[in-house]
Amino acid sequence: MAYSTKVLDHYENPRNVGTLDTSDPTVGTGMVGAPACGDVMRLMIKVGDDGVIQDAKFKTYGCGSAIASSSLLTEWVKGKTLEEAAQIKNTEIAEELALPPVKIHCSVLAEGAIKSAIEDYQQKQKK
Amino acid sequence: MWLWRKFQRLIMPITPNHFELFDLPVTFDINTELLAARYRQIQQVVHPDNFVNASDKERLAALQKTTQVNEAFQILKNPFTRGQYLLELYKIDNETLGVVKGDFLLHQIDLREELESIKQSEQLDALSFFTSRVDRQIQTLVAQINQQFEQQAYQEAKQSLQQLQFFKRLYDEAMDFEI
Repeated sequence: MAYSTKVLDHYENPRNVGTLDTSDPTVGTGMVGAPACGDVMRLMIKVGDDGVIQDAKFKTYGCGSAIASSSLLTEWVKGKTLEEAAQIKNTEIAEELALPPVKIHCSVLAEGAIKSAIEDYQQKQKK
Repeated sequence: MWLWRKFQRLIMPITPNHFELFDLPVTFDINTELLAARYRQIQQVVHPDNFVNASDKERLAALQKTTQVNEAFQILKNPFTRGQYLLELYKIDNETLGVVKGDFLLHQIDLREELESIKQSEQLDALSFFTSRVDRQIQTLVAQINQQFEQQAYQEAKQSLQQLQFFKRLYDEAMDFEI
């Protein structure tokens, strides 16, 4: 199976790989895994007082499509409000990267990661 | 003769399930050596070489059977796919398009990070220790899945199978390393 050029680009030059300070109360962490293939993804977002995502970092242990999905996601969420970021659908990621049907679960994983990161941030803010 | 009866059954139009194809009980805890032996026997019978002078119809039937037997063998020999297939037979919803979260996943990410740092440090001892640790966890999980299928606890078996997939992936990553 051939990867699309967009997948290859993100795979070879992944954007925003890394971590943010977990002890920072404005940082939310999402950790999700895909039962279909065993790929795991960690996404961290830093949120400003205005509810806008200032920074995003990811680390994905998985296939090229999973890495590309999370890399693209970090590009998309930066500058978005939490509400906007929560609206991102896996189908948009799959479409942008031209993922084949067998790799749709990679985009599902990325959508799960941002939702889980937002949840974590909101939990932290309550405390 | 067992093989001949087997062959007659094999060319019957009704498709048996993968277990029946190898005359094995429909259960998670199968004898994998017996599976491999029966697989080889059937492959000998349906091998294309035996159908050089056969009609097109028979040749096609033999070819289809070869494909089916190959696929069934691949599915049954691997505990993960065997379990998935059993759930399918029991009509348990086994949608894998969701995401896994929680403590189990936290632990998996820790293990992935540990493996990554071992790989970077190129410590072979640490790597083989890590691999055998993961292997033990896989064995434990497989034993647990076996018990869950025996007790017909299919939802629990489904959960454990998902966990097995993560450990298998981790194991493959650990094995896939050359210095």
